[in-house]
Amino acid sequence: MTTILDPTNEQVPVERQLSPRLGEITGRLAMLDISKPRGNVLLDKFETMLAEALPNVTINRYSKPTFTKPAPDELRAEIKANNDFLIEALAD
Amino acid sequence: MSEVEALLPAFSLENNLGQDQNFPNEQPTLLCFIKEDCDTCKTAMPVLEALHQSNVNIVLVGQTTAGNQKLIKEFGLSVPILDDSQLKVSFAYDIEIVPTLIWADTDGRQVEIQEGFVKKDWQALLERFEAKPDIAWNQLPDWRPGCGSLSVDPVINDRLRAEAENSPLRARKIEIASADDEFEFMFDQGFSDGLPLVPPTPERVIRMLSGTSRDPQSVVATVPPNMGEATVEKLAINAVMAGCKPEYFPVVIAALEAACTDEFNIHGVMATTMGASPVMVINGPIRERIGMNMKLSALGQGNRANATMGRAVRLAIRNIGGAKPGGTERPTLGNPMKFTMCFAEWEERSPWDPLHVERGFNEKDSVVTLFCMTSGPTLIVDQGSLNAPQLASSMAMSLESNHHPKAYMGSDTLLVVCPEHVDTMMRDGHYSKQQLRDRIMESTRKPLRDLVQDENSGVGIPADKFAAMPEEMKNRQLTKFASGENIHIVVAGSDAGKFSGAFHGWLTGPGGSIVVSRKIEEM
Repeated sequence: MTTILDPTNEQVPVERQLSPRLGEITGRLAMLDISKPRGNVLLDKFETMLAEALPNVTINRYSKPTFTKPAPDELRAEIKANNDFLIEALAD
Repeated sequence: MSEVEALLPAFSLENNLGQDQNFPNEQPTLLCFIKEDCDTCKTAMPVLEALHQSNVNIVLVGQTTAGNQKLIKEFGLSVPILDDSQLKVSFAYDIEIVPTLIWADTDGRQVEIQEGFVKKDWQALLERFEAKPDIAWNQLPDWRPGCGSLSVDPVINDRLRAEAENSPLRARKIEIASADDEFEFMFDQGFSDGLPLVPPTPERVIRMLSGTSRDPQSVVATVPPNMGEATVEKLAINAVMAGCKPEYFPVVIAALEAACTDEFNIHGVMATTMGASPVMVINGPIRERIGMNMKLSALGQGNRANATMGRAVRLAIRNIGGAKPGGTERPTLGNPMKFTMCFAEWEERSPWDPLHVERGFNEKDSVVTLFCMTSGPTLIVDQGSLNAPQLASSMAMSLESNHHPKAYMGSDTLLVVCPEHVDTMMRDGHYSKQQLRDRIMESTRKPLRDLVQDENSGVGIPADKFAAMPEEMKNRQLTKFASGENIHIVVAGSDAGKFSGAFHGWLTGPGGSIVVSRKIEEM
């Protein structure tokens, strides 16, 4: 772990910044199964519900090779290039 | 040898047997600080082992884990060695030399202290004990100087000072998880001007602070737009990020002070759609001392001092003041000088008083002068002028393009005269700066009627206002600059090439930005 000193006037809390929230889901939606058992079941259910609720949204399914390691760079690049939103099924 | 009764810092450290050992420990104690790569410590090891075997209460503090193990093996020690590899106890005791031997009473008060190995002093100290260990004194040298304690190694000492309870650092600490890349993290947090930053670790900031004698918590300036307080410490953090060395730091302090004056008006400078930016000109002895470039490529890249000092000021305004593009910083185009623009005047090559002397400082003072630029350096390409008046008026023609050829009286210029142009000007005898200024003023003189808006350009005096003017006003002569004082002249550049440069200013006067100089307070 590296410790650095804050170069600002400390008016803003230091935290990882969230991506901007867009308010509505449109375009292409990725669903990433991290390959923990039954994550796919959860995503199947979500996919059915979302397809009904958001008929104009394209849903793309992905899965990580293993939940024990970060997603490979190629997979992350592919998801980023081809989608506007991402739902990740984290747990079993 | 000294007889004092200071209460020593209490501590607890783990020894090589995995046990915690405390000091004080309800008995008189012989404390000894050692490190393995010190031959004097090795000389003393048999004595310390013999004392331990005679039941003298020894607390042996070793400065590296691996070194402690080596000593135990090499000398077959039964006396445990406490692990002070973090060096916090050595630092708290202000140990400069190893071995340091301290005799302390039951309460932990220092009775006696010795540094290095002086046989007769050690013998005298050991006389205090009831135990009479069998020590082969005749095999030991009379005297050996000690070695430097690891806790005073400059790199390690910076870390220890940063971590100590009385550390001068007050800025919020940000812990970056080991899985995160600190360079990416700093980009994500918006600390960067777009280029990578040096991580401002506490040890680096402590080192930067060694470049000034100012109190780290004293306030250098209040930085707009957020009116953030730039303490010396905050500025040091930004100077580290910019890549400065500690010896550059006094320049950065003086420059930020100058930038945040009402006259220089850094808020307007950063905010204007004209894309203005400070230019820092450095004069005086510090130029050489910190290795600034004032010759070949003086205004270009390749010199650490030039590049990082300008960047440090810019980063401080961004991070402490909150001036960021898209926020209060609104330049239409911006300009690359917003990353950094700092150079030194080649005073020794100049036949004139250097800029800081003209501005009222002593020649031996080191001074930073801030000029607000909107464009440039615009090259004045003149390889044909053969005497001073010709070259001066030729320069004036080029300076007419400042902002726009029909924009008059509204800005300053910083004219950087190259050495070959200096030589041309001096060819027929000394040609003063005043003569150069006068010639520029004279050569740019135009009747007001030539500066009216027309079908070729909407810049200038509105036609209806012009029409309403009395005839004598229409013929009034205007000069490009409001006065000769708006023309700032320095010498820099290589000996080869007849190419001077001009930085065009922003709006001059109280509504814009006025050139400001500050003395650099060196250590």
